Amino acid sequence: MTNLTKLTLSDARDGLRGKDFSAVELAQAHIDAIGQAGQLNAFVTETPDIALEMAARSDERIARGEAGPLEGVPLGIKDLFCTKDTLTTASSHILDGFVPAYESTVTANLWRDGAVMLGKTNCDEFAMGSSNETSYYGPVINPWRRASDGAQLVPGGSSGGSASAVAARLCLAATATDTGGSIRQPGALTGLVGLKPTYGRCSRWGIVAFASSLDQAGPLTRSVRDAAIMLTSMAGHDAKDTTSVDLPVPDYEAALTGDIRGMRIGIPKEYRIDGMPAEIDALWQQGISWLQDAGAEVRDITLPHTQYALPAYYIVAPAEASSNLARYDGVRYGLRVPGDDITDMYENTRAAGFGAEVKRRILIGTYVLSAGYYDAYYIKAQKVRTLIKRDFEQAFEDVDLILTPTTPNAAFAPGEITDPVTMYLNDIFTVTVNMAGLPGISVPAGLSSDGLPLGLQLIGKAFDEETLFRGAGVLEEAAGFDAEPDVWWA
Amino acid sequence: MSIDQATVRHIARLARIRVSDEEARQFEGELSSILTWVEQLEAVDTNDVEPMTSVIEVDMKQRRDEVTDGGMPDKVVANAPERENHFFLVPKVVE
Repeated sequence: MTNLTKLTLSDARDGLRGKDFSAVELAQAHIDAIGQAGQLNAFVTETPDIALEMAARSDERIARGEAGPLEGVPLGIKDLFCTKDTLTTASSHILDGFVPAYESTVTANLWRDGAVMLGKTNCDEFAMGSSNETSYYGPVINPWRRASDGAQLVPGGSSGGSASAVAARLCLAATATDTGGSIRQPGALTGLVGLKPTYGRCSRWGIVAFASSLDQAGPLTRSVRDAAIMLTSMAGHDAKDTTSVDLPVPDYEAALTGDIRGMRIGIPKEYRIDGMPAEIDALWQQGISWLQDAGAEVRDITLPHTQYALPAYYIVAPAEASSNLARYDGVRYGLRVPGDDITDMYENTRAAGFGAEVKRRILIGTYVLSAGYYDAYYIKAQKVRTLIKRDFEQAFEDVDLILTPTTPNAAFAPGEITDPVTMYLNDIFTVTVNMAGLPGISVPAGLSSDGLPLGLQLIGKAFDEETLFRGAGVLEEAAGFDAEPDVWWA
Repeated sequence: MSIDQATVRHIARLARIRVSDEEARQFEGELSSILTWVEQLEAVDTNDVEPMTSVIEVDMKQRRDEVTDGGMPDKVVANAPERENHFFLVPKVVE
């Protein structure tokens, strides 16, 4: 039998339907791989019993000819998605012991289509971070190591556990969420495809909220086709989320025609930032050539307010977070630390339950929303956000997709970045997309001089994920990225 | 914009997070540097610009105002750190 953990999701799907192997065998192969990969710390909770039970039911449905689109496909689920009767922590101490009585809409959609849950993946606490170092359950380790010194590296964040798990072949794909780059940045740093859909494409119901006007669920996968298959199941209108859009969900896999002749690709000059490593710039130029060679027409464009996206984000996101995280008060769920009176209990609980980065963001958010500062910070940032969105709308009058690097650097070592603002700059190329609500995808495009994966990002028009997938498929084909990390952890 | 430790303590109180003296010192520096960094937004001309209220252009959906779910008090209180019957227990609030 082939090594079942080496398959792409699409190959595994086809193999299951062809009865080359069973869903139980496929689940067991991944359970075994997870069992050997404890060093990566990719999972907060492993659910092998649930996986084998779900896989057994998948095998029954396959035998009856009732296989769903994801029948028998084993997935990792970011621990931000509420899963009925399975511990859900958002990688925070404050959600100790929280077992939801309900299922998030996105995961419910995946189970409806036959997918199998292997466990809940580690992430930055409440998805706040770019390195997965803020998790209460400890940092996640990237399966990739630097060629020069063999140093252990971060997988990026916040969806670091999902990224490490998919890159290390512990699952065929994983769910993730992206508020400022939390799918695309770890995707780039671990050699994966990471897709953030248009805001409103996937329901946010049942996903632990960080910044509600920016949060969006998406997949981390080992191919563009796998991302298309995952989104087709994850997306869809949901009456329980008023911001989920009532649009038909296309068959995204069918969009992968490989034909981008005549497609117009925009190159924003503002993304050529000072101090960008030469190899990132070279990869970007290579990406432009690949798309041109495939028949696309490349145009220079301008997105004048790009540099203001990140500072505006660090007002809007903490403001929304400070409001969303007010619910963690030690009364209805999670951690409770006693106090002399109720305020004392709140303060003790939240002091013990939140980590340093989450506290920083709640405090910033509280400050910018407080009396006397609301207009100067929050309203100002929302006005800048209007301008950022307008930049994209004007650019998309002339182009179909925009090509940029995904990150300004390859993966770094734990502890290497300690200054909060320096860490925030890791999202400089991804955060604009969230601020404008657009879809973006990171495609693995090459290796750094130190042997680490680097990604290129395509940005699409709102709700035009099909064009995004078509462009990404061509980029993937041209890059031919087939490097894999050495299996040092097993 | 720099903020001092008294301001850190004030907003921490508003946010209901107890901070130690050491944390107040650390947050003073970190929050000041973040707030100074976001000040670059002042350079953007936002006269006649509307603040964003929705990132996608959709009409607010309406629904009938009716009960669609409920009748599950056991599940509602199941995760509470302290409960009695179907009530959440908190420290005494009213004297």
